[in-house]
Amino acid sequence: MFEYAWLMLAFPALGTLIIALFGTRLGKRVVGVLAPAMVALSFGVAVWLFVTLLGLPAEERSHEVTLWQWMATGSFKVDVALLIDQLSITMALVVTGVGFLIHVYSVGYMHDDARFPRFFAFLNFFILMMLTLVLANNYLLLYVGWEGVGLASYLLIGFWFEKPSAADAGKKAFLVNRIGDFGLALAIMFIWTGLGSLQFTQVFSRAPEVWGAGNATVKIVTMLLLLAATGKSAQLPLYVWLPDAMEGPTPVSALIHAATMVTAGVYMTARSAVLFGLAPTSAMWVAVIGAVTALYAASIALTQVDLKRILAYSTISQLGYMFLAVGVGAYASGIFHLATHAFFKALLFLAAGSVMHGLHGELDIRKMGNLRAKMPTTYWTFLVGAAALAGIPLLSGFFSKDEILWYAWQKSPVLWLIGLTTAALTAIYSFRAVFVPFWGQERDKKLHHHAHESPKAMTVPLVILAIGAALAGYIGLPRLSLIEHWLEPVFHGSETAAAVAGSAEAAATAAHSPIEWVLLGVSALVALGGAYLAYRAYVVNTDWPKRVRESLGWFARLVENKYYVDEAYTAIIVQPLKDIAGWFARTVDQRGIDGAVNGVASVTGWVGAQARKLQTGLVGLYALSILFGAVALLAWLVVR
Amino acid sequence: MVPTTYYLILSAILFALGVIGVLVRRNVLIIFMSVEMMLNAVNLTFAALSKHFLSLNGQVFMLMAMVVAAAEVAVGLAIVMTVVRHRDTTNIEDVNLLKG
Repeated sequence: MFEYAWLMLAFPALGTLIIALFGTRLGKRVVGVLAPAMVALSFGVAVWLFVTLLGLPAEERSHEVTLWQWMATGSFKVDVALLIDQLSITMALVVTGVGFLIHVYSVGYMHDDARFPRFFAFLNFFILMMLTLVLANNYLLLYVGWEGVGLASYLLIGFWFEKPSAADAGKKAFLVNRIGDFGLALAIMFIWTGLGSLQFTQVFSRAPEVWGAGNATVKIVTMLLLLAATGKSAQLPLYVWLPDAMEGPTPVSALIHAATMVTAGVYMTARSAVLFGLAPTSAMWVAVIGAVTALYAASIALTQVDLKRILAYSTISQLGYMFLAVGVGAYASGIFHLATHAFFKALLFLAAGSVMHGLHGELDIRKMGNLRAKMPTTYWTFLVGAAALAGIPLLSGFFSKDEILWYAWQKSPVLWLIGLTTAALTAIYSFRAVFVPFWGQERDKKLHHHAHESPKAMTVPLVILAIGAALAGYIGLPRLSLIEHWLEPVFHGSETAAAVAGSAEAAATAAHSPIEWVLLGVSALVALGGAYLAYRAYVVNTDWPKRVRESLGWFARLVENKYYVDEAYTAIIVQPLKDIAGWFARTVDQRGIDGAVNGVASVTGWVGAQARKLQTGLVGLYALSILFGAVALLAWLVVR
Repeated sequence: MVPTTYYLILSAILFALGVIGVLVRRNVLIIFMSVEMMLNAVNLTFAALSKHFLSLNGQVFMLMAMVVAAAEVAVGLAIVMTVVRHRDTTNIEDVNLLKG
């Protein structure tokens, strides 16, 4: 049964190969069927494995499938092997399920693009790499997937490379991610030297014995893993690449930069739960970075006017929630939020893409207005997504966010307060993104006149995702917590690790108390209040935001300009690096290296010029020198 | 009977004449002939010493040198012919394309 798990990877791999090699000859029709079909088959395998796992008792739900030995040098052995357990199959379901819908949507969205086959080759490649990442049974194979999705992300952000901004955004994403990848590579080396294995099961069983509590190595390893996660999952301080990544085609933003790739950091942190359990300080850092990022990005999202950028900052903010969850030890809640977020954020991005499609690429929400009349399906699905994001009761975001807040409260009320403030901001900005473009009067008559609803290939995935966004929360109802019981065995090790570390509350025990219901009520009120506030501010009393902005003065300008972080990074890091590189290019390269090469050449030339003088062209002289040579040789032989 | 020393003196004179011919003459054919003279001077030494030491090795080596000389003449004359055809001269000074 489980030995067929490799099929999950084989289908997208096959799709990538066929489309990359023969895509242009096959034509758009075939590619448009083939690419989604491959992901659908992969999804089918994932569902099949999921059902199989469900049929097994909880303690038998972890299976390792070794495909082949990858490398073996001395005691260093790594296999290409898959780990099929509750966590990886949940991730695989999200990746292939949402991925399939986005593939279908892309067929409509990218229909007029000249590089249609290439787009789907990249998209299939991304699915392959993402599945490698989540299904790997060791850190090295995870690293392969980690870099692979980074590559796919780079290729797809810069898909319209004729636009300099898109090419630059691709480069920025790649380079910023390198910083994080560097952390992961170092962490892997530390794990290998410390524990003598990279396989998850062995690492996690050896770590508590070898490293124990308060060991310096485990602290370094977890901090490096955190660095890696902040890069891939766009957290402070490495989040800057994600908003720029919106230069890519919208389905890419939905798939890679909202639903799947950016959650890799959360997945990796959750997978390394045991290590973080041994290093409570690092876990605390994860939580703090998550909480601060959540609040920080939400405040920026409130001021943006580009629809996709609002969603990008919202993604950063929501990823911050997931970090908060895994940081306080509520790994299952983090993964739960990851799953619901994948649904509603993919939905929001695809709906935003549908708006773009109808408005010829316009994204400035100040120019839109009253779009609900022209694009009803897009409007309704966007509304569902925004409401789920805002945490309106009974929709998916409400349950998952509430669970995170509840665990944060148990850890520290300060974290809870930051989370709650973020929730309020989230409700305001997500309904702002609903009210400004879809309600009110049309602000740009010409734009509004040409607006139209998108084709079926785009609206059907929207509707399916909207249903998912509305209902996905019911797998994790409070108290019932199906998903928590499902994932519990995976994270069991982290609790024992935390016990070794000696921090009793590190593993969040689901101690139910009436406070949970109070907090539930508070967050429901905050979400509804935020939505109402947005209604007052952006529909009823539209000059209110302007007055608030004026009364805040310099602070409003600071937030609107994204806290000048990009400018600061440019001044502190990018510009000095460019200056140093320029100095090296001019001095070391042109003078030093080129000088050495040219110097060798000119010395050789000079020696040659001297030596050619020997060739006088006088045969008599040659003969004479032969004679002298012979006589000298004889003389030497005689005298010796 | 002529002493071996005489043969050696004669061959030394012949060899020196050959060397002077190679050094001072400009005509490529004369130079060529001088080279042959040097070779045969050495051959004479071989023959004389072979007789002196009552060993056939010297004579065998001499025959060997003659064969090589014949081959060398064939190649050398061919080169001289080509030079004459192309440059219409036998003066060695005029053939200096590779002068540095």
